[in-house]
Order: sequence, then structure tokens, then C-alpha cells
Amino acid sequence: MFVNIYVNHPFGTIHVLICLIIMEKQAIIKVENLAKKFGSFEAVKDVSFTVNKGDVFGFLGPNGAGKSTTIRCLLSLISPDKGTVELFGQSLAKNRADILKNIGSIIEKPDFYKYLSAQKNLEIFARISGANVSAKDIAEMLDFVGLGNRAKHKVKGFSHGMKQRLGIAQTLLHKPELIILDEPTTGLDPQGIVEIRNLILRLKNEQNKTILLSSHQLSEIELIANRMVIINQGKSVVEGDVSSLLNSEETLVRIELNDVEKGKSVIREKLNVSTITQISGNELEVNISKKRVPELCKALIDADLEIHAIEPKRKLEDYFMKIIQA
Amino acid sequence: MLLKNTYNEFIKIVAKPRSYLGFGALTLLIAIIIFAMKADGETIVSFITASFEQTLSFNGKLVNGNLIAFIILQMLVVHIPLLVALVTGDLISGEAAMGTVRMLATKPISRTQIVLSKFIAGAIYTLLLTVWLGFLSLFVSHLVFGAGDLIVLNSDGLVILQEADILWRFGLGFCVAFLSLLTVATLSICLSAFAENSVGPIVSTMAIIILFTIIGSLDVTVFDTIKPYLFTTHMASWRSFFEDPVPYDSIIQSIVVLLVHIVVLIGITLYKFNKKDITS
Repeated sequence: MFVNIYVNHPFGTIHVLICLIIMEKQAIIKVENLAKKFGSFEAVKDVSFTVNKGDVFGFLGPNGAGKSTTIRCLLSLISPDKGTVELFGQSLAKNRADILKNIGSIIEKPDFYKYLSAQKNLEIFARISGANVSAKDIAEMLDFVGLGNRAKHKVKGFSHGMKQRLGIAQTLLHKPELIILDEPTTGLDPQGIVEIRNLILRLKNEQNKTILLSSHQLSEIELIANRMVIINQGKSVVEGDVSSLLNSEETLVRIELNDVEKGKSVIREKLNVSTITQISGNELEVNISKKRVPELCKALIDADLEIHAIEPKRKLEDYFMKIIQA
Repeated sequence: MLLKNTYNEFIKIVAKPRSYLGFGALTLLIAIIIFAMKADGETIVSFITASFEQTLSFNGKLVNGNLIAFIILQMLVVHIPLLVALVTGDLISGEAAMGTVRMLATKPISRTQIVLSKFIAGAIYTLLLTVWLGFLSLFVSHLVFGAGDLIVLNSDGLVILQEADILWRFGLGFCVAFLSLLTVATLSICLSAFAENSVGPIVSTMAIIILFTIIGSLDVTVFDTIKPYLFTTHMASWRSFFEDPVPYDSIIQSIVVLLVHIVVLIGITLYKFNKKDITS
């Protein structure tokens, strides 16, 4: 950016041209005022959000909020009635093929040709991915998702988790810059959920991929997303940094301590907090802003109370419910 | 990208068990016809020639490979559309039913290229099926029955074609039969773009063929104006190559009608698939 500065001097005005280098975040996805109707049903009314390069972006909303329709609009599966979708600074309507070369996606559940092997399925999708993908790349990707020993097996015999992993392989095969995952952990067992979570973190940390993640697993979003948008009834309600949004709110903190009664009076007197709930013989729940949690710990310790556990409880879930109910 | 996806489509067709149903059914039906003709062919042919025996004397081998090939073609061209539609009716709707259309449509290949690659792959499958029909009916019949002159009974009477004058007629007849089957394939691909499962397009294709065939065979004046425009009217035009002289004008007219059908049906498929919101 160039800045013109005019300095008044006894001999006249001096014109100084300063070149400023401003590190601006590059918008990978920019959605503005998106709307889509199916007949008389307005699936999406007004959704806007921006995903920057390197973000793990949480895309949240209750069932029927318009998440899947919005994601399908991003991938050109559905034509929006109104609004604009820009990916990598280009209009999706005008540069569809160029844009899709840089996107890997799983929409709801990965579906494959059941009568073909895992390897053949990947070959088919690699051939039309716009990238040069070798047989070695396919073998390595199958190993990466833990399906190396099932490469020649037909997909019809695969479990849901295996199909999900094959879906991830298909998503990453052509080395896209942007990865869009719509409910990637649906139907997975706890081990599968942890595997997908770790995979997303690896993609973010090791390969600096930009990831748009739609999920009902709010704890997952809280753990891995740095930014998020919440949509409800077809409209975007809140967008921002996950930590900023959550820190601005009161947090429900669970405290396990040796003397609950003494703990309650200490919290009331020292922190002037009235919302305290006793949930068991040695457990309390306190509504308090995150900034005051150290103060809370100090007050309890100063009062010679033994703290056995202290943890935030359902932070994003509470925030989400509050936004949706509002 | 078009060629790459056509290759993909062909791999899918080859890997699907239902693709072999047509080849299997053809092989079985032809084997049954050849067996029946071997066992009782002379009697069947003598029924046809009996009415002419007062004026004509037939010498030589009437039940030969050429006659059997002609009979097979005549009998099966009516049924092969079902075998073609079984595969081509599944090309787009099968992807919707499996959910793979979602994966395809998020790749950097245009929807027009997706449809065209499916059409090309469907055309190759139809061609292979026609070639298989030709191979079995001509080659195997000749092996079993040997060669000979061909007697064809049509509305004008009896046509006797010399042995040396037959092969080119079969060659061109199979080409027009292929065009007829390609029209059926294109119709089922078109219907497939409107459906989310493969049963609908297959049944609808056969229903349309039956309906048009009935309209074509009804001797009602009100239908006379539309009959020349129905593709089913021209599906049997391969038979015209076995007339003497060959009515080239009417064959060319049939080819044009079939080609127009193919182009219009591809156009409708492209329009529908390009406008379609993929929600499956």
C-alpha cells in the first residue's frame, strides 16, 4: 500500500511517499448474501462469511439451518438464487473448473462405486481431479489413511469408518489448498472421530491447508477451529474467532473441592458471584467470565480449600444454544 | 477431460455385473434359436415356401446361415433395446442413487463433459452389443448351417438374394440397427437425467418404445401424421437392405429421423443435467 504524506515546512510542503507493506489475510472463501429457495421453501436466506488462508473454519448450525445447502453452493452442486460466492478471489460462476482443482471435499458421507476397489475408485477421481496423480501417489495416500492393505478390496465390503477414510484420501489426493468437510465424523466411533480430528490438525499444522469444517460435534470444533460462523434459519448469526467469541462470554466452570459449603461462601464473598450450583457432595458449578478463572482459583487456594478438579463445561455448546435460542 | 472421463465411464460399465446381462442373454437366446432351427428349421421354412411351391421350385439349402442370421436379427432387434436400456438407463440415475454424482460434480469437469462422456461410453457399449449380435448370428450360424442364398418374405412377396450379394446387406443392416439402438440408449440416458434411481428410466424407456410401436402399428388416420416422426417407425429400417432394389431414399430418411432424435435427446439431457441442483 502507498501512503501520501504532506509535511508543512518553512520552505514549502514536502511530499513524502511511504510504501507500507501490510500483511493482510487472503480470503479463500468469500460468501456474500447467499440465498437459495427450493420451491417455496427458503433453505438459505442470507448467509455471509469469509474464510481466510490457513483457517480451520467451523461452520455451525442446527439441523435444517442451511449448512449443507450453503456448502453445496460453494461446490457448484446447487446454483444460488442470490448472492455471490468467491473462492481464491475468483467468481465460482465464472471460473468453476479452475477453482475446483484446488478444492477437496466430503459432502455428508463419502459415496464410492461399490463394485470397484478402493484403488480403482481413487484412480477414477484422480483422473478428473485436474492434477497429475501417479499410481505411487494413490498407494501412498491409501497407506496414509490406513487402507494400504485394503487397496484391492471392493468398497462394498468397507465399514462406514473405512469409507470415511477413503473419502479423506480422495479429498487429499490432488493436494488441494482448500478442504471442505461436511459432517466428516458422522457415524464414526470415538476412535474414528479422534483419527479424523488428528488428521485435520496435521493438515493445518504440517501443510497449512485451509479447512472449512461443518460438524454437529461442537467439542470437535472447539478443539480444532480457530474461526467459526453460526447460521440459523438460513441466516448467518455470528462470525469471528472462536476464542474471542467464547472469551467474551461467561463460562460454566465445574469445581471439585473438599468443602463445598466453604467454597460457596468464598466465591460469593471474594468474587461477588451469585450463580453457584451444587451438583454433588463435592462439586460446584459457577458461571464466571474466563478472565476471572485465575482469580477464582487463587481465592479458593487462599481459603485453604483443596481443589481436586477445575474445568470449563460445555463452553461452545452453551454459546451455541444461546445464539440459536436468541 | 472428456476422454479421461469417457475412460472412467467405460471402466464403470465393464465393472458392473449388469453390463454382462445383455451379452449373456443374447448368447443364450441365439443358442436357443440356432438349436430350434437345427432341430426343426426345415419344417418351419417349408410352411413359408409351401404357398409358392405351385409356381416356384426351390433347389439347394434353404435353411442356411444367412437365413438363420436374418431370423435372429428380426426376432432380437425388438428385445435388445431392453438390454441396452438396462445399462444406459443407469448411467446418470445410478450415480444419483449411489451418491457418486455429488463426488463427480465437485471435480473440475463440466457437467456437459460428464453427460457427453456417458453418452460416448453408452454408445461404445451399444456398439459392442451390436457387434456381438452380428458375430453370433452371422458367424455361428454359418458355422452350424453353412452358407447359401437368402429367401426373404416381405410385404411385396418373396425376395431371393444371391449368396455373394448378402454380406454387405448384413453389414449396412447392422449399422442402421446400431443407430436404432443408439437412439434407445440416448432416450434412456435422457430419462436417467430426470431420475434418482435406475429402475424408472429403464421402465420408462421400454414403456415409450411399446407405446410408440403400438401407435405405429395402429391403422388409424389420426396417427398417420405423427408416425413418420416416431423413432420406433424407423427402428426396423435395417430390413430395407434386404429388399431388391434397396430403397435408399427411405433408409436415408430413417437415418436422419434417428439422428435428429439422438441430437434432440442429448440436448434435453445437457439442459436438464446442467440446470439440476444436486441434493442427493
